[in-house]
Amino acid sequence: MAELQLKSHRFRAEREADWRRLETLLSRVEKGGARKLNRDELVEMPVLYRQALSSLSMARAISLDQGLIGYLESLCTRAYFFVYGTRSRPLERIAGFFARDWPRAVQALWRETLASGGLMIAGTIGAFILVSRDPDWFYGFIPQAMASGRDPTASTTFLHDTLYQQPKLHETLGALAAFLFTHNAQIAIFAFALGFALCLPTAGLMLFNGCMLGAFLALFAGRGLAFQATGWLMIHGVTELFAVTLAGAAGFSIGWAVAFPGERTRVDAAADAGRRGATVMAGVIVMLFVAGMLEGFARQLIRDDIVRLSIAAGSALAWGLYLYLPRRARPA
Amino acid sequence: MTAAAPPVRPRRPLRPRRPPDDGWREFVTPEGVDLRLRIASYGERCAAFILDGLIILGVLIALSLLALLAAWRITAVGADFGGQAALVIWMLGAFLLRNFYFIGFEMRPGSATPGKRALGLRVVARDGGRLTANAVFARNAMRELEVFLPANFLFSSGLGVDGGLIALGAIWSGVFVLFPLFNRDRLRLGDLAAGTMVLKTPRRVLRPDLAQDGQAMVGGPAFTETQLDAYGVKELHVLEDVLRRADRRTVAEVAARIRAKIGWDAPLEISDKAFLAAYYAGLRARLEARLLFGHRRADKFDRP
Repeated sequence: MAELQLKSHRFRAEREADWRRLETLLSRVEKGGARKLNRDELVEMPVLYRQALSSLSMARAISLDQGLIGYLESLCTRAYFFVYGTRSRPLERIAGFFARDWPRAVQALWRETLASGGLMIAGTIGAFILVSRDPDWFYGFIPQAMASGRDPTASTTFLHDTLYQQPKLHETLGALAAFLFTHNAQIAIFAFALGFALCLPTAGLMLFNGCMLGAFLALFAGRGLAFQATGWLMIHGVTELFAVTLAGAAGFSIGWAVAFPGERTRVDAAADAGRRGATVMAGVIVMLFVAGMLEGFARQLIRDDIVRLSIAAGSALAWGLYLYLPRRARPA
Repeated sequence: MTAAAPPVRPRRPLRPRRPPDDGWREFVTPEGVDLRLRIASYGERCAAFILDGLIILGVLIALSLLALLAAWRITAVGADFGGQAALVIWMLGAFLLRNFYFIGFEMRPGSATPGKRALGLRVVARDGGRLTANAVFARNAMRELEVFLPANFLFSSGLGVDGGLIALGAIWSGVFVLFPLFNRDRLRLGDLAAGTMVLKTPRRVLRPDLAQDGQAMVGGPAFTETQLDAYGVKELHVLEDVLRRADRRTVAEVAARIRAKIGWDAPLEISDKAFLAAYYAGLRARLEARLLFGHRRADKFDRP
């Protein structure tokens, strides 16, 4: 019988233990990440992976056992994605994101940021002029539900009071902040995703956002409340509008890459822009969280115009410095 | 146009028809070995998404119940903000689930949400490099455009959104939902924007070697060389499938076919299964021996 023993069988018997070892290690890793392995096992992993790969090549050459080859292919694939897919630890990644990746991605998008900011400002100015001339335009820009009484028919005292409202007892600030944050973040992600459709919807969204702002400002300015309204809006608005502008910029960069890929293929260009845009967007969500806090808490608790405006100026300065200060090249 | 003289022109002259895409892709590792990966099919991805959707829905319902309970408890204690606390739990929970359920799971080492894992799928970077957090974020942010935007229109039908807008939403999402069917690698819009793709990488277990069983079961019934030369590698693989599946009727049929083909007239007391196992072992030994000498006999039409 001994001579009947297949080469492929002997081959399998010699290596099976190593494959099984690799399989157990992989199962553990896939459950809980690389932390589940101790140092020796971590060192062992690439060795086992290369052994499995060489077994696969060998098996393809000498064995006709489909089951064996299928098993080795699946094992090698799993090991490949672990060996070449490992990333640094989450804390390091978060630190790297805030220290380098995010500001750099934002800086790379400066053209798009200018375009998206410009559109918003154009919308603001346009709507401001229109509403100042003819208050009826107001209803064209701002939906009834959002105005909640703050429209051209309201009295000046009422408008004044909305700026300095006491938080109602049942309307806890936390809920307001949570609502504002989730709502704004959803809109920002949406503006980013819409950019894929060749920039146009995102451009529309930016313009319309500016229009709403302009209409509100015009309404308050018409009653001599421009200064107060600016404080009321900008205490969180600086952060929020900047975040929305960046979201629009990220959307533009994708749409632009899809429309004009340049020397690369359209797919590659879209993927590059998409990844960079995603970095910006992750930061945008952080900014909107801050904005939600400012809008939900700070605006309701601080009722002094000067303090409100100085917080606005401070946040503008902080974001500007943080995001646009030149960074050193990546340390080795 | 009369029937008298139809111009005889060969249809489809130059381009040979491409064989239907079976989803297998060559994927060479830096070590130079082709891993042969398979693209996940459209149906598998839909099923995975539906599963994830159901999980999210389940968690949301549980969260709502929890929020209600919290509201009831806190209000019972006496504070007024019970309802608001519940609202915060619910709003933040819904937001996090909607956006970070997919992102969170796909950033883990398995690169798959529970739904994908159940179907043996995983997300990979298209260039074979590592799947970065950015890519995961980008591919899932696009879902906003593909699914949630039109879904919003559909569910807001009672809130003054007219039928035209709903129809528009349906068309919109139709385009994106069917998008993967119109490209070779079954890429969703999000995959396109992030440079990723979804693979089918089922976990396989190492099953026993059939050739060894075959030898153990029968004391090596001697097949002659002519008998073993009846088939090639393709038939060997079919035989392996039959044996592994072990369906009684198929085994009987296949055994009868092979007996007839090779003119087997030896003792009948060997069961069909044992006969097939023995023949498999013999055939594989023969074919592998020839493989070692550099001749791979593809199928039975390939003359030895």
